[in-house]
Amino acid sequence: MEKRKERIDRGIKARSEDIFALTSYREMLYLLVPRAVPVVGLLAVTPLLSPYWQEIFISTSVYALLAISWDLLLSAGLISLGQSLFYGIGSYVAGALNYYWGWSPLFTIPVATIVGGGLCTLLLLPVLRLRGIYFAMVTLVLPIMLLRLVEATRILGGTEGLTGLTPFPNQFTAIYVIQLAVLAALFGFRRLMNSDYGLIAKGISDNDLSVMSAGINVYWHKAQILFLGAAVGSFAGAFGTHLDMFAGMPGFALDYSIMPLAAAVVGGTGTFAGPLLGAFILVPLSEILRALGALRIVFYGLFLVIFVVALPEGIFHYCQRKYHQFERWVSVK
Amino acid sequence: MLLGTLIYGFVNSSILALLAIGFNLTFGISGVANFAYGAIYIFSGFLVWILMNTLGLPYLVCVVASILGAGMIGLLMYYVVIIRVKGLALSEVMATFGLGLAIMELFRYFDFVGFKYTLPVFVDGSLLIGDVYVDYQRIIIALIAMGLTLFLYLFTRHSRIGLAFRAIAQDERTALTFGIDSDRIGALSMAFGSALAAVAAIVVLPLGTIAVEGGYDVLINALAVCIVGGLGSTVGILAASVLIGYAQTFTSNYLGPHWMMLVSLIAIAAVLTIKPSGLFSHQKALEDRI
Amino acid sequence: MSESRPMLEVTGLSKSFGGVMAVSDVHMQLKEGELLGVIGPNGSGKTTLVNLITGFSKPQSGKIVYKGKRITGWPPYRIVTLGIARTFQMVRPFYQLPAYKNLIVPLYSPRVKRLAGGRYGDRDAVALDLLEEVGFERDAYVSYKVASALPQGYLKRLELAKVMALRPDLIILDELFSGLSLAEVASIVPIIEKLRFQGKTIIMIEHRLKELFRIADRVMVLNYGEKIAEGAAEAVMESDAVKKAYLGSETD
Repeated sequence: MEKRKERIDRGIKARSEDIFALTSYREMLYLLVPRAVPVVGLLAVTPLLSPYWQEIFISTSVYALLAISWDLLLSAGLISLGQSLFYGIGSYVAGALNYYWGWSPLFTIPVATIVGGGLCTLLLLPVLRLRGIYFAMVTLVLPIMLLRLVEATRILGGTEGLTGLTPFPNQFTAIYVIQLAVLAALFGFRRLMNSDYGLIAKGISDNDLSVMSAGINVYWHKAQILFLGAAVGSFAGAFGTHLDMFAGMPGFALDYSIMPLAAAVVGGTGTFAGPLLGAFILVPLSEILRALGALRIVFYGLFLVIFVVALPEGIFHYCQRKYHQFERWVSVK
Repeated sequence: MLLGTLIYGFVNSSILALLAIGFNLTFGISGVANFAYGAIYIFSGFLVWILMNTLGLPYLVCVVASILGAGMIGLLMYYVVIIRVKGLALSEVMATFGLGLAIMELFRYFDFVGFKYTLPVFVDGSLLIGDVYVDYQRIIIALIAMGLTLFLYLFTRHSRIGLAFRAIAQDERTALTFGIDSDRIGALSMAFGSALAAVAAIVVLPLGTIAVEGGYDVLINALAVCIVGGLGSTVGILAASVLIGYAQTFTSNYLGPHWMMLVSLIAIAAVLTIKPSGLFSHQKALEDRI
Repeated sequence: MSESRPMLEVTGLSKSFGGVMAVSDVHMQLKEGELLGVIGPNGSGKTTLVNLITGFSKPQSGKIVYKGKRITGWPPYRIVTLGIARTFQMVRPFYQLPAYKNLIVPLYSPRVKRLAGGRYGDRDAVALDLLEEVGFERDAYVSYKVASALPQGYLKRLELAKVMALRPDLIILDELFSGLSLAEVASIVPIIEKLRFQGKTIIMIEHRLKELFRIADRVMVLNYGEKIAEGAAEAVMESDAVKKAYLGSETD
């Protein structure tokens, strides 16, 4: 009996990305395994780690969420250089609700997600009409200016920030809240971008005139995407606030802008899984390299340049391609 | 008080114009938004300091070396990084942003933090205008800002490179058919923009200390001026500098210095709601792309 | 009453770019079901006129009234919602998407949703049908090909399908025939004739005069942004102003 090699995914994908023809459990496994990795990896593995690494995984998940939100904005052609805007606003909204009115995290986090998303959308709405470069400029400028605003007007606790906020009841609640959010964002956004709604978003980033001439209100569509991205970022901020029991100026710090950006680019943009992967590579790495201090940011900067210029594909796309190229032996009569 | 505010407001406006003009020049010509602009600014400042204090070179040599050094960095950035992602606006932004971040944080890592990092003023002493003392450095800043603007105006209208700059800015493809090498001009525009950042650093930094945070502030200020004035428009940059400069000085003198940054924020917010593309931009949001 | 009222009425429309009048004081009227050809030498303001009518460009003065509604200065998507759809002179497909996915964008628009009674149905199926209508051979799976792999003739037809997907009442075709071979033009003409048969009103901007004159009811000639002649094709081409405009620009 003669044998030849054949790609495993042959026959599974018929012509296009979204039509599958499954004929066996093996093929089902082939599709399910990569999707199960993030779920199992997050939900099952984290509780087994030491408390120190659990904390790192939590902060990694926060960055992953910001990176996923960044990727969503990119899909509509918006490059954000200021994810810290979303983080900071979400954190201040949740912090203020908890500090001044004593709301429990159960309410502050959802409210901060919606209100924070809305506020950020309103702030950035005028820029949506302009070329992408303006969006980048304004998102870079706004968090730093808001930081100065808090500093100058001494509102919301000024330089001290709002301290003594309600923490999560225990570590496991925190882990599951953030990781379920990450998974929900990951699979939710993947689904969204594969739908016709997502197709329009990609169309806008490609060629907005064409979308406009098809009778679609491009700005309204972009604003919706912006709201979704900002809301996810604000959620991360609200979560971080209750985790640290503190809302303050560090929420607008550059870390929350550069880390998600680097994670998304290193991991590979456009898939949401890439940014997640990127965050889980970069954040633990930076934990290990903690001794290097400021040099870490130098590395992120260089990573960003190298990946943007030389490896724009990102790690995730590379892995995905290799996975699709897996071969098996089939018999030939 | 009022005379002082007027004079200091003018100086402040000159500083803003100096900071923004290089960023705007590069963008206006090659369409590259150089987010490493602030990094090049502090790089030039530190370069002068290092050359003077560790090698003991005369001041003038250091200044020339620093301006040339900044220009070289600009050239290198263009030929090593930007040329590979030219035309992909998103990639250009991220690459220059990452580079700037790396340069600035490298200075922080090597512990360039403290009050000893200062540059000398050109001329000591101060001048009495009316009843206000203005130090010579501030007067020089204003003069250099005006001189530089005039120089750039004449340069782009009467020199060969300047005319090529304008040709590329107006229509890259047509310029290509006339034998203008758009890559060379792009690289030169980067170099010129960076050299202007160095000039700004050398002139403005003697007023304070050289700090890594200053790099971020410079980028933010340059961006604020460009957003308000309209990216790519020189008249817009000057108008926005005067507007923000005076507004900052007035708030600083009458409300307190910590309200200063708020002015730019309000200016940006106002401009974005009223005329998103900036006060003086010739950009027609849609039409110029059909 | 409704018969006498034109579907589209343009009065005193002007637009200048940096001192150059691209369109100057143009008046035009269009009856329902008519096919108007707009011709003129290069740079005579034909595309600007289209941009003004479809909202991609804002006029400095003048008025555009469509079905009794004043649409001057409206954004493009609102104008499309009223039923005016256009093609671009330079084709603008989404290159990375398969041809049929290109049609999802117009099929997603509020206008189509309203016409379909609030339900979209299976957009992919509608898209494939539309592509077959404009000549994408279903058996050859051309519709599944990525747009960047399609030849110019198919891209133009895709552009036409995108317009048809919007189910417009007024269709503006901006140099649909440019860059096509005689055979390709001959295969597209029947599609346009079919659209006319369905009662659509059409404005065609065209350089291919011979093909245009065969199907146009009326022709309007622009030169330096001004309307210099209007009427039946043969009569217009006989007029002195038109001869001068065309011959003048050719012998220069």
